[in-house]
Amino acid sequence: MSNFIFGRYLPLNSIVHRLDPRAKLLLSFCYIVLVFMANNPASYLIIIAFTLGSILASKISLGFFLKGIRPLIWLIVFTVVLQLLFSPAGGHVYFHWAFVNITQFGLVNSGYIFIRFLLIIMMSTLLTLSTQPLDIATGLASLMKPLRWVRVPVDTLAMMLSIALRFVPTLMDEANKIMNAQRARGVDFGEGGLLKQAKSLIPLMVPLFMSAFNRAEDLSTAMEARGYQDSEHRSQYRILTWQRRDTITWIIFVVAFAAILATRRW
Amino acid sequence: MAISFEHVSYTYQAGTPMATSAVSDVSFTVPDHGYLAIIGHTGSGKSTLIQQLNALLKPTAGEITVDDFTVTPKTTNAALKLLRRHVGMVFQFPENQLFEETVRQDIAFGPKNFGMGETDANKLADAMLQTVGLDSSYAERSPFELSGGQMRRVAIAGVLAMRPKVLVLDEPTAGLDPQGRQEMMTLFERLHREQGLAIVLVTHQMDDVVQYAEQVAVMREGKLVKFGTPTEVFSSESWLRENQLDMPQAAQVAQRLANRGLTWDALPLTADQLADQLAARWPREGGAHV
Amino acid sequence: MENIIEVKHLTYRYQEDDPRPALNDVSFNVHAGEWLAIVGHNGSGKSTLAKSLDGLLPFTTGEVTVGGIHLTPETVWQVREKIGMIFQNPDNQFVGATVEDDVAFGLENRQMPRTEMLPRVKDAIARVGMSEFAQREPSSLSGGQKQRVALAGIVAIAPDVLILDEATSMLDPQGRREMLALVRELRQTQDLTVISITHDIDEAAIADRVLVIDDGQLIDEATPATIFAQGERLVELGLDLPFTEKLKAALRQRGIEPPANYQSAAEMEEWLWQSLSNT
Repeated sequence: MSNFIFGRYLPLNSIVHRLDPRAKLLLSFCYIVLVFMANNPASYLIIIAFTLGSILASKISLGFFLKGIRPLIWLIVFTVVLQLLFSPAGGHVYFHWAFVNITQFGLVNSGYIFIRFLLIIMMSTLLTLSTQPLDIATGLASLMKPLRWVRVPVDTLAMMLSIALRFVPTLMDEANKIMNAQRARGVDFGEGGLLKQAKSLIPLMVPLFMSAFNRAEDLSTAMEARGYQDSEHRSQYRILTWQRRDTITWIIFVVAFAAILATRRW
Repeated sequence: MAISFEHVSYTYQAGTPMATSAVSDVSFTVPDHGYLAIIGHTGSGKSTLIQQLNALLKPTAGEITVDDFTVTPKTTNAALKLLRRHVGMVFQFPENQLFEETVRQDIAFGPKNFGMGETDANKLADAMLQTVGLDSSYAERSPFELSGGQMRRVAIAGVLAMRPKVLVLDEPTAGLDPQGRQEMMTLFERLHREQGLAIVLVTHQMDDVVQYAEQVAVMREGKLVKFGTPTEVFSSESWLRENQLDMPQAAQVAQRLANRGLTWDALPLTADQLADQLAARWPREGGAHV
Repeated sequence: MENIIEVKHLTYRYQEDDPRPALNDVSFNVHAGEWLAIVGHNGSGKSTLAKSLDGLLPFTTGEVTVGGIHLTPETVWQVREKIGMIFQNPDNQFVGATVEDDVAFGLENRQMPRTEMLPRVKDAIARVGMSEFAQREPSSLSGGQKQRVALAGIVAIAPDVLILDEATSMLDPQGRREMLALVRELRQTQDLTVISITHDIDEAAIADRVLVIDDGQLIDEATPATIFAQGERLVELGLDLPFTEKLKAALRQRGIEPPANYQSAAEMEEWLWQSLSNT
């Protein structure tokens, strides 16, 4: 399943790869806030520059990101078109019919939405391409630590997350194999009407679930045999250390954030 | 001819930064009702090659002919559906493709996709169940309550139910116990002999290759490095070693005897061939045999 | 010889009302330091047996003692300290996101301090020849490589007993050979008792002793040579026929009577050579 980028890690040696996953996770979260703060050409330019700068620093070629967008293209188009057709009135009206209004406001707005989608997808793709799944899980667990106070089983959740991420590529490959097998039995995936397409998913999903359940059972046996006890404390092989580069990255981000706040239309 | 590859290449994700060549410039021909074995290491391009046989992957260059069908890089998907029916694919661990509520429904799934009516498809399913050696009491059962070996038989019945003329098998005996393996290989041999099914077998079991195949294709790093009869392919021990391929066990014994000074008419590849040649030169005195 | 594992009257049913138990009154001993092969066709109960030894299936009748510890729900974690298991599917036992994380998994479970873990993980990975792959993710490894990582995970824990539960059955011939060679080597250097559950004739041939399980019962126990001499019957028992036995059958059909005892390939070759040059 090589045309699905999200969730895959690309081992390269770049500053972005070496950043503390906690720094990257927090950054990605704040970045989304930032994307929604931007609302005029100047602020968008800053954030686009920040995004392209990050991608450049990661040494990952832009082609990967474009491929990452492809599976989501219809969702984007759908949202953009919705925004375009049903925006509240504002500015010049280019077209009007019943509920449908194509206005200057709508046009600009849908353009922004389009850019927002692209940016968020690119940044989250960057996060997963440059961060090992386990690091994401470790980072999340570390960030969630305060939740222990309210009796959230943080370690168990982190283990679940880490395993889920570990098995994403395995299950993707499995899905691909099953699709091939069913195609060979005459199933047309992604063709015909909506109902037919939905129906064609059954021969994919049932075997995929069966396989996932079998794997889960095997895995739990193997984990138990290797001494894993859910309630017991475990030591940590992989630890995170906050470095100077993490602080520097945050300074850059805060500057960008401030610049956007300054340039955005209030 | 049944199957022909002419200068076929396949590149995964052609035109992207991740482009990798899996098969390059492969040409060969298999006659009608042939039995071809494809051997080579994991990652040598075998899987890509067989997925091209029913156009799950279309070649990025070259031309593939299977009976009346021709596939080129430009062939449209609509034209491929009949080819998919013509070439039955049994993937590795085919039991993973089962999904219906009953065994009968699962076997009938393929035929129905290709336009067969419910009653006919069910009748066909029951017949196929018998072909793979399961009695009709299995028809109403859920495929998920069967043993691994039985599930595999059901999956194979599901492929046979499409009445293919070419059957492609990707390590069909992996994970079975020796008895299951033997029964499975005998089943394919019977289909080949009695129904004239052309067979393409991907395997690591050299003893199966020499016992069943009429032609052998050796893949290495995406290229076809040797193509011929088993005798031709397994003639040179040093060449096989260079390509990290195992000799069939009979040939190993024969080769060691040859190293001691015995000469063979042709290097024996199976236990029977070896025994034939041994018997022909067995000392007559002692009178233990006729 | 000292027994490292003792099994007495073990019976196991997957469902309580099952008329045919998966294991039926099985008793045997495993000697410290030996290589024991357990063979039987699919569904004969041999994997159930392996899992029972490690307390992964809670049997109701019978007794299992591992390294002097009587297996009970209270002692199960102590018993698991003594046993390392490798399962059939390389993918479904790879827990860590990378090779080194996976090798560390067992150590983390034992709450080993990180400073001790680091050299131990590194050493274990080196011992299975995977050092250059230490940072790799499982999806970029072959099945054989994943099984080697599983072995490294066991080397790191240093148990007394290694159980291979059809651990080579999903590998290609090369992967299988490499894995067996590695187990042989580790067995020497790590002082391991090996129990291998298998269909593979080469794997069974390495063993000191072979147990044959059929229909949940222990039906035979002998050296590989004695078991292999049974010829055609081996296939029913869930083992491959050794090539020498196939050749003997073919020779008998042609009126040549080979020796009845089991011969390795080298012995067979010697016998053929002698017979042919005696003219």
